Amino acid sequence: MKSAPHGRRSLWAVFAAPIAIAMASLTGLVVALTGDGVRDAVAWAGLGVPVAITAWALSARRR
Amino acid sequence: MRHIPGMSTGALRGWFLVHKWTSIVCTAFLLMLCVTGLPLIFHDEIDGLAEHHPAYARGGVASAGNDPRLKTLDEMLAKALAARPGEVPLFMAFDNDRPLMTVTTGPSPEAPEEKMTVQLWDRSTGEAVGEEEPKGVMYVLLKLHTDMFLGLPGMLFLGAMGLLFTAAIVSGVVLYAPFMRKLPFGTVRAGRSARVRWLDYHNLLGAVTIAWAAVVGVTGVINTLATPIVQVWQTSELAQMTRAYAGQPALPPAQYGSLDKAMATARAALPGANPQFIAFPGGAYSSKHHYAVFLQGATPITERLLTPALIDARTGALTDARPMPWYAQALLISQPLHFGDYGGLPLKILWAVLDAFTVVVLGSGLYLWLGKGPSTSGRVREIETGAVLEGAAK
Repeated sequence: MKSAPHGRRSLWAVFAAPIAIAMASLTGLVVALTGDGVRDAVAWAGLGVPVAITAWALSARRR
Repeated sequence: MRHIPGMSTGALRGWFLVHKWTSIVCTAFLLMLCVTGLPLIFHDEIDGLAEHHPAYARGGVASAGNDPRLKTLDEMLAKALAARPGEVPLFMAFDNDRPLMTVTTGPSPEAPEEKMTVQLWDRSTGEAVGEEEPKGVMYVLLKLHTDMFLGLPGMLFLGAMGLLFTAAIVSGVVLYAPFMRKLPFGTVRAGRSARVRWLDYHNLLGAVTIAWAAVVGVTGVINTLATPIVQVWQTSELAQMTRAYAGQPALPPAQYGSLDKAMATARAALPGANPQFIAFPGGAYSSKHHYAVFLQGATPITERLLTPALIDARTGALTDARPMPWYAQALLISQPLHFGDYGGLPLKILWAVLDAFTVVVLGSGLYLWLGKGPSTSGRVREIETGAVLEGAAK
């Protein structure tokens, strides 16, 4: 993005963040099925990732 | 360098049209599902507020157990039947945390859902807690959400909408790649035109909700198949388990034997398991001659998987007990994953936030389609360039 104004990111670069968010979400969705207590907390953390990232993007990536 | 390696403009146009048309067909219904689903996430809390029996909220002996302080099942059934003279028992369901239990009765063993009456009882005191109020606001929301008051066809229709939604998610992922090639993840160009701003919101919220929306969408589709799934189980697996009874006339309710004896047989067949519900003869969940005692395991995972023990309703003897087949287990696992009620209140709140995000994705998609914008070719170009050029041209 810095050198070439029309520089293109690789597919991997485009999907790295969405894949990481999806993995965190899926982990949360599944872990809560397997028990309560700590497992619920792991689920909240996992499913909290998409919400937290959105809050971050809406402030830090706003232009 | 106009197009993406591996995807021609023609292919991109194809994916764009798939995304556009699958979305156009399903968006109105998905919006309805998101809006009605939002309060349904919290149905336990909302019912709790409306309930007039705070004493039953928690604690006490679990009605699913076999604590000696609990009244017998035969006594509870006799009381429930006395409250509905002339009716026959259809279901009896238990609670893992509270002494509450329900008894469902109807005019005949194969009575449809509309003719059923659900009574709530306290199994520790043997007292009635009342009939479940079925016609409240939450009931209307639930009916809208599951079948729009149209029964099985409505349910299957919403399942088809869920499949289109899944196709819209997949095509959306494909379109995300070229759109984001020149943009860092999460970019929101708030200073640009409304169209570019909403394209960015659509892509950001779409990208972060993919996994959740896909899981809730697919499990929702599986839930719409509940009726055919149970029918297939009844006509194949259950018919096989009760083969010896095939051709015999249905057992008349007057000849139903002791429930407590049947329950003891079921518990002996599957030690450590607790009953979730009993299906009486003649309904969708049993044969015409059996009490089907649906037992759940004791661990968090096996608690969701049911094993029916089929007990001869006249003699109380075990006929067979087999875990539900894979397609029925898939349905049982899909239920919590769709409802979001399996990880405490924080999980429900996250469920609600992600539901709201999905509403924004659907709404922005609608805006981008209906709003003044370029022709199809222009829109494909917009996706190819990430709408980066529009600003430069301005």
